Amino acid sequence: MEICRQNEALEIRELDPFLAELLRQIPESAQPKDSPAAEERLFSPPARPEEKVLRAEWKLYVVPELRRLFQSATETVRQDLQQLRCTDKPFANCTLRIPIAHADAWLNTLNQARLAIAATYQFSDHELCDHYRSPLGSRRDLSLFQVNFYGFLQEFILREMEEGER
Amino acid sequence: MNRPRGKRAAQCAVLSVIHVPRSALEMPTIEKQQATSEKIEMPWNVIVHNDPINLMSYVTMVFQRVFGYPRERAEKHMLEVHHNGRSILWSGVRERAELYVQQLHGYLLLATIEKVG
Repeated sequence: MEICRQNEALEIRELDPFLAELLRQIPESAQPKDSPAAEERLFSPPARPEEKVLRAEWKLYVVPELRRLFQSATETVRQDLQQLRCTDKPFANCTLRIPIAHADAWLNTLNQARLAIAATYQFSDHELCDHYRSPLGSRRDLSLFQVNFYGFLQEFILREMEEGER
Repeated sequence: MNRPRGKRAAQCAVLSVIHVPRSALEMPTIEKQQATSEKIEMPWNVIVHNDPINLMSYVTMVFQRVFGYPRERAEKHMLEVHHNGRSILWSGVRERAELYVQQLHGYLLLATIEKVG
């Protein structure tokens, strides 16, 4: 896999089918449908439990706004990922082109996915620092790999955005 | 409406309650009620809490964007969060503090507001 900047886009080339599949799973991973822990993390309370009024107002007015914001970012990523629908050669390496204008949406959605996965699996600090664990052992190991892989992409996008601002 | 500013102005706010007399000959009585400055002007802190998933570079970028802090200051706060578990990013009136917390949640940071003191 190669990542580089090409004018107004970030290109991920030579994506093997495994990594392409992990990328395709970003929108799904960002939606904490069946995980109360993930829901709790993505929509965490803004104040201590004794601030009941503030927390109730937040739930009523702010959470729907946040939900819309996250869904909008996820939709942008979902559309970019349409490029990975390699129908003619399903096992061939492919290229993903992320327009720089979509960088914020990608950062947000990758973060949603990482936080939702980590909240669902409750990874320990030791696990999160274990960058050499194989993704092939179990669903938990694969999810940990996802968190690290998405984090790597975030780092790259951040670095490119920073260099673009200089 | 301008709210009282400065230490002296914020010391107290006087609320007047005027009772209308039954007879025109009666003088109206004016009662004064005092509300302490604590209730009205007490600042709120915007606090960001540690989260092992959010990347350090990402958190620094968010602090720069939301608060307009220069990179060095944003990094100082990010490291404070990382090492101490939390950092006070901003203090001031409640409405603005709430707005900052809302923005921070938009970036998926663990942020809360707390009354000072």
